[in-house]
Amino acid sequence: MFWQKDIEMISRRALEELQLKRLKQTVRQAYKNIPFYKEHFSKLHIQPKDITSLKDIRKLPFTTREDLREYYPFGMLAVTKEQVVRLHTSSGTTGKPKAIFFTKKDVDRAAELIARCLIMTGVAKGDVLQNMMTYGLFTGALVMHYGAEKVGVLVIPAGPGNTKRQIALMQDFKTTTLHITPSYALYLATVMQNEGLDPQKDFSLRRAYLGSEPYSEETRKKIEKFFHIDVYNSYGLSEMNGPGVAFECREKNGMHLWEDNFIMEVIDPDTGETKPDGEKGELVLTTLYREAMPILRYRTRDITRILPGKCKCGRTHRRISRIIGRTDDMIIVRGVNIFPQQIERVLMGVKAVAQNYQIVLESYDQMTVRVEIVKELFDGKVDHLVNLRNEITEKIRSEILVRPKVELLEPGTLPVSEGKAIRVIDKRTL
Amino acid sequence: MEVKQISLFLENKKGRLSEALDVLAKADINIRALSIADTSDFGILRLIVPDPDKAKKVLTKSSFTVRESDVIAVGVSDKPGGLASVLKLLTDADINVEYMYAFVEKSGEKAVVVLRTDSISNGKKALKKAGVTVLSSRDVYGL
Ligand SMILES: [Zn+2]
Repeated sequence: MFWQKDIEMISRRALEELQLKRLKQTVRQAYKNIPFYKEHFSKLHIQPKDITSLKDIRKLPFTTREDLREYYPFGMLAVTKEQVVRLHTSSGTTGKPKAIFFTKKDVDRAAELIARCLIMTGVAKGDVLQNMMTYGLFTGALVMHYGAEKVGVLVIPAGPGNTKRQIALMQDFKTTTLHITPSYALYLATVMQNEGLDPQKDFSLRRAYLGSEPYSEETRKKIEKFFHIDVYNSYGLSEMNGPGVAFECREKNGMHLWEDNFIMEVIDPDTGETKPDGEKGELVLTTLYREAMPILRYRTRDITRILPGKCKCGRTHRRISRIIGRTDDMIIVRGVNIFPQQIERVLMGVKAVAQNYQIVLESYDQMTVRVEIVKELFDGKVDHLVNLRNEITEKIRSEILVRPKVELLEPGTLPVSEGKAIRVIDKRTL
Repeated sequence: MEVKQISLFLENKKGRLSEALDVLAKADINIRALSIADTSDFGILRLIVPDPDKAKKVLTKSSFTVRESDVIAVGVSDKPGGLASVLKLLTDADINVEYMYAFVEKSGEKAVVVLRTDSISNGKKALKKAGVTVLSSRDVYGL
């Protein structure tokens, strides 16, 4: 099932021709209308005419989220204010937000990408999509909403929260498809369980799109099993329209990134060098088909890799793996790049430890992982604790290739913070 | 009634042991026997107290990780070989001793030993059959 079969199955050669054509346009448009890019081009002694092949993209400057903040609110706009019809902002935890504008055409093009994603996962007319992402300044819900309407499914703009009402909506309108964050899906499962509801008998659910938070394959399996549905990974970021940048097909093996709309690169976050397909690094995206805000080589800070090889579904747009982590969170021990999420994934698979953990870095070749044991599973036996510690040590080692020192702690020892927990304590001095 | 033992998880944090003992003292709970199983990183404190339920309650309230379990208490003649013969008869009966520790002695004629076997009832049966004095919870808590 395809929304735009000719473009989704386009030959690599035709796709690359299209990319080059659109890249040239984008570069001209950015250079002409956005002083930020003009300035950077002259600093690098380049001009739009220097872009003659796709490889030339490496000559272009990066754009960072700090740049978007600095030029807030209108500095990155390539059209007049009269031409934009929608504003989204993406707020950081600190400092100024980023403003993202859409022209009428941009709104429509973002919706087209979502339509491809929905059809790709088997949605058809008659499906009912309950959109449980936040409506408002955040792009997550609205972009999905427009795309779903384009396909012609019934959209319930539920937004997040009020779980009992969500459940009632699902039952009354026979919701087939959820758009939801992984953490809310897990919570929803708990509520259904407590209410004695059977997700299979009492509902008409068939699939869910999970995005906007990193989550593990184990969590996907858990959610699929509980709800008896297919769970598809969704990737997007406000700076690049929001959801619909990359999405899983029914193979559920990596997300097709719509390469006619974006050029993707995976780079070494420290050196900026391009990495070959298959190697992990920071995802860098260039918009190819946007009017209001063309963005060149945007540093997403998301760590992923391009999956080599063709997908069985026949789509030619290459896939990226689920997001492995964020560069902001990356730590280096014994020269190995490590993401706290990798440790978290391991701990999630060990019953006797809680999910609260802390990584302490005291030197460049040693890391300590501190985990709390689960009170109810303490049985007073030393060898059980020793085995548990060894099991965790070994599992982490095989995940990150560095052997950590594992400390078992009494429950409640680690600080519980509101919002984002502090996972890494770096005591190293440079 | 089985003899109950209280086990406490102690991470290797200075002062945590004395905190635990402090909690018990404040609750007026006397410790009859005590043992610490130690590794390089953490320890398990094992206690025999006259009122294990109360001890568990106050320790849990002070956020300790506590487990209550059954153990066997036996009187062993305070002569060379007394303990060895008890262990041998358990081994012969194919009963595994996970750990053991001795009581604080009072009278001096018989030492009291706390044993944890993989099966408490089988352990007791084997000991009784061989004529070893297996102490009741009342005997032990009242010591
Ligand atoms: Zn595919």
